[in-house]
Amino acid sequence: MRMWLACILMLLTASAGAQDLYMVRSDMAFPEAMIELQSAIREQGYVLSRVQRVDIGLTAFGFKTDRYRVVFFGKPGEIEQLGASYRDLVPYLPLKIAIFSEGDETLLLASSFQHLRSFYSQKALSEQFDKWEADIQSILEKVRLSE
Amino acid sequence: MKRRLRYMYSTLAFMLAASACAQGAPPGGNALYQQHCAACHGSDGGGGVGMPLNLPDFLAVASNDYLRNTLRHGRPGRVMPAFPALAEAQVDAIIQTVRGWSDAPAPEYHGKPVKGDAAHGKQLFAQHCAACHGEHGQGGTGTGVTFSRPREAPIMAPALNNPGFQQSVSDGMLKATLLRGRRGTPMPAITALGLTEDDASDLVAWLRELPVDGVSTKSHESPVIRMESSYSFDETLDNLKKAVEARNFNIIREQTLDTGFVEEGKEDKRQYIVYFCSFSLLNDALSIDPRVGLFLPCRVTIQETDNGVELVTINPEKLSHLFNNRELDKACERMHRLYTEILEEATL
Repeated sequence: MRMWLACILMLLTASAGAQDLYMVRSDMAFPEAMIELQSAIREQGYVLSRVQRVDIGLTAFGFKTDRYRVVFFGKPGEIEQLGASYRDLVPYLPLKIAIFSEGDETLLLASSFQHLRSFYSQKALSEQFDKWEADIQSILEKVRLSE
Repeated sequence: MKRRLRYMYSTLAFMLAASACAQGAPPGGNALYQQHCAACHGSDGGGGVGMPLNLPDFLAVASNDYLRNTLRHGRPGRVMPAFPALAEAQVDAIIQTVRGWSDAPAPEYHGKPVKGDAAHGKQLFAQHCAACHGEHGQGGTGTGVTFSRPREAPIMAPALNNPGFQQSVSDGMLKATLLRGRRGTPMPAITALGLTEDDASDLVAWLRELPVDGVSTKSHESPVIRMESSYSFDETLDNLKKAVEARNFNIIREQTLDTGFVEEGKEDKRQYIVYFCSFSLLNDALSIDPRVGLFLPCRVTIQETDNGVELVTINPEKLSHLFNNRELDKACERMHRLYTEILEEATL
């Protein structure tokens, strides 16, 4: 029975393919998309730790840019446990999603963990990457489909 | 046992049938387009990080084979990824959606090569095309049309020496593009420049001789740069800040890894992050590719472990290939050098 379930899972996931980046476009303007993103992150069970205002820094130094932010988030237990157990993973923590304006619409971008898998082959970490990838895609899809 | 086998066979048959149905009747083309293409090419094909697809002159000359091959091969090193996992029916559905933006029928080109004088084509290319498409056909800088940032050109000139482009485009389509031009972009019809149909053939012959651009192979590198320090935690932190500022970066934030996740005052100070930025470099990087902000600003983490103190940061060279943008590779190589210098200076 387990083998059959594994076959079904393989068939279901085979078509998904491996993506390095997840990028979606929201029809919403930046402020609305930002609110939706923060709400989607919380609904997925994560805590927002901070928002990096990339555009503010650029503008302060005289460069022109539309709104551009990076939203950092994570689960306190995961950050503590993974940060202590996998020190090489720390530069990739907490999780983050970049969000920036493009005209009247908004683009959202996150990285998958595909590029890290061959370097962190531990089963527990592989499962953690699976979970994060599923959660990030779910968050981005919520924002993409919101109106 | 027989009953169990019959159950297993019927389950397998159901799964295969479901899979076949899924391939024959994919979700609507527009839904697929919105899911896979709209983030870069815009909801209506108007462009963004990717090129505009809804231009009448583009759709008048782009064959279905060109669109199909482009989806399959992408543009290595030029942002557009390949979509090998999409089913044939899904690719067809996306193509039909793109076709829907124009009344022009899909053109078809015979497979015969266009014959021309490549040497003469090379001269014409240098005279009329290289200013936008580059001396070697390497294309313009930046991405697509990218509305989020100021830019010099209204649209990035495509890389004509890109292996994905060369695999996708037919001689017939190249010639049709040259003769028609592309309104809404700086690409004129070559007849407006005083050139003839024979000149178009000569240009096609040269375009087919352009040396094809290579593919980056740095994806095997470690995802982090890590160095152990022989100094104490506080000394290493002090060294790190001095090394950062010596390279004209501004330190914009310092925090522990768990800041925002634990009660204020209870943070673990043995994992400490220094964020820094050169806004000029940041502006340059975002001009090359607005997606790169995902890995900015720069940061180095100083950690106290059982073995001592160490500094660790991302490896920009490892990450550059995620963006499939050759131009970004150079910026990431530069950042890799800077990170390495900073870590060395802080730890040695």
